[in-house]
This record gives sequence, C-alpha cells and structure tokens, in this order.
Amino acid sequence: MAFVDFASREIHCKIVYYGPGLGGKTKNLQFLHERTCPSRRGQLISLATETERTLFFDFLPLDIGSLRGFRIRLHLYSVPGQVFYDAARRALLCGVDGIVFVADSQAARLPANVESIRNLEKNLRHAGYDLATIPYVLQLNKRDLPSAMPAGELSRQLSIKGEPTLEAAATTGAGVFETLKAIAREVLLDLRRRR
Amino acid sequence: MSPADLVLFEEDFRRLQQVLRKLRVESDASVVLLVDKNGQRIASVGDVEALDMTALASLTAGNVAATDGLARILGEREFSVLLHEGEKENIHVSIVARRVILVVIFSNRSSLGLVRLRVRQAAAELDGAFREIAERMEREPVLHSGIEPLLTEITDEDIDRLFSE
Repeated sequence: MAFVDFASREIHCKIVYYGPGLGGKTKNLQFLHERTCPSRRGQLISLATETERTLFFDFLPLDIGSLRGFRIRLHLYSVPGQVFYDAARRALLCGVDGIVFVADSQAARLPANVESIRNLEKNLRHAGYDLATIPYVLQLNKRDLPSAMPAGELSRQLSIKGEPTLEAAATTGAGVFETLKAIAREVLLDLRRRR
Repeated sequence: MSPADLVLFEEDFRRLQQVLRKLRVESDASVVLLVDKNGQRIASVGDVEALDMTALASLTAGNVAATDGLARILGEREFSVLLHEGEKENIHVSIVARRVILVVIFSNRSSLGLVRLRVRQAAAELDGAFREIAERMEREPVLHSGIEPLLTEITDEDIDRLFSE
C-alpha cells in the first residue's frame, strides 16, 4: 500500500525484488545504489549471512523525483531466494506495491524460476494480494552468460500475464535502471487506476 | 481506494507529532518515532538528524515482522513489546493501534520503568488518534481521497520525466 504523506508531500511505494536464490536480486540493488547520486538514495542495508547470501532482506530507499508536487520515494527490498527462508519472504510482501521477478536465465535454473513464481503467487495470496492484478515486471537476468536460454523461450515459459519483460545483466548493470523504471511506471499507473 | 491505504493529512500529522513530543519529554528519550508495519516512517521527533531514520524504520518493521513469526510459532497473537538493551542506548518497540510501531530510543539517563509507563499513556492517545483517522476515512471518503485529483491526472509523460530529473 502506497503511503501518502501530505505533510511532507511525499508518496512512498514499496517494491520487492523476488526470485530464486543467486538470481541477482541483491546485485540489482547494489548497482542502483552505486550508480545513484548520494543525495537521491539512502543507505543500502543488507541483512546477509557471512557468505553474503541474503538472510532476511536488502533494503534501499531511492528518491526518483517529483510528480505533481509530490516527491516519489521508492523503498526497494530484495527477499532471500533460498527455499527455506519462506517466512522472511512472506513478511516482506506485507504492504507491497509492486514486484520485480528476477529470473535466472541459465537453462539449469528454469525449474527454480518456475518454483519461485509459484511460491510468489502463494505468498501474495497469503498476504491478501493477487499476482494477476498487482504491478509486476519480469526481469530476465544473467543474459551475459553463455548458458542463458534464448530470451523469447524463457519469457514464454515464465510470463504470466503479458507483464513488461526486460533483459538484464545485473553484474554489469545492463537493464537494471530500465527494470526499475518499468516497475515504477506500473506502480504509479496502478495508483491512478485504483482511484 | 484500497482499504489498506493510509493517507495522512497535516492535522493528523501535527496531532501525532504532539503525542510523540510529549512522550519524548516525559520519558527523557532522545528519539521517538512511529513506523507503519510495512516499514514506512510516519512521524518522528527528537534528535532525528543524528540517525538514519529511513533505515531505522525499515529495520524496526523487519524486526517486528520476525517477532510476529516467532509469536505465531508459540501460538501467541503477537509480542506487543520488544526491548533492545545496549551499553548506553536502548530501544523500546511496541505495537499501537494494531498496525503501527512506536519506537522510543533512550539512554541510561532515563529508565525502562519510566519509558514503559509513558509509552502506555501515549499508546492510549495514539490508539484514539488512529481510530479517529480510520473513522474519518470511512465516514468521509471524498475528503479522504484528497489525493485523487493528483493521481488521476498523472500522465505517461509525467512518469517519463521522473527519471530524467
């Protein structure tokens, strides 16, 4: 749920990066943090294990500019991808405004992608949302790897409702800002639609 | 408008700030803040420049979410109070009005007993304030939807411009 603060004229939106483990969710946030002017972003917080696997969440607040006199502030979260951290994923979906699904393009990870989308659907339902209606963007990550499946084929397998689909390589930053723009657009258009 | 949406008007904000200010003085705390369970900061008073309040809000909400999970495992509805004790600084976290997190940061200059007492009093006032906000949202949806003209007028160009600033 977007939080509209008339006192400071700000709209806050919560966006969650979801997907299978080691798919590049944290890398997306790290790249956005590195390449955003410090005055427009907060601290990147990572609650991770000693081996840098996300344990609870990563969090990055970003200010993307003004819209009709209101500052738009995005709160970006990435969930832990590993299967056994399901309770953390459920907790983070509370109050979500939009989802970026970060798919791992490697052919061997296709089953993990599919399972993660099913898990997302179930956890969204648990939190009172419907994947069919919530703002949603599919990112095909790791396009730079030789083992990546053809984008068209992967998209056919993973797309669920004709959502915006973007190719990316989060380690180099390709497609990362484009993905953020796409989800911000979906979230803001959804706010307009819901009125 | 989704029933879960929270729209805060200036008079609500002033009222909440007033309760927080009183709590800060009476409990001798350095910072008092209100955070939505989703991690959004609603209001804060005190030495807020010294701390990263956005991070504090997000981590507190994460902390409360994790504790809610623990409560469910034990068959409790919630653990309504959390306390973190440091060598010099302490954090008292409590749930008010079922959906909002009240955070009090205090040093050893104050005492846990005092903070608990004052938090209980402030929680009653905050309960009342949030109940009235909810009732007004029910009763006067038109007033509540003051954001509507802004949002219905958003154009695709507005959104494109956002990232080019």
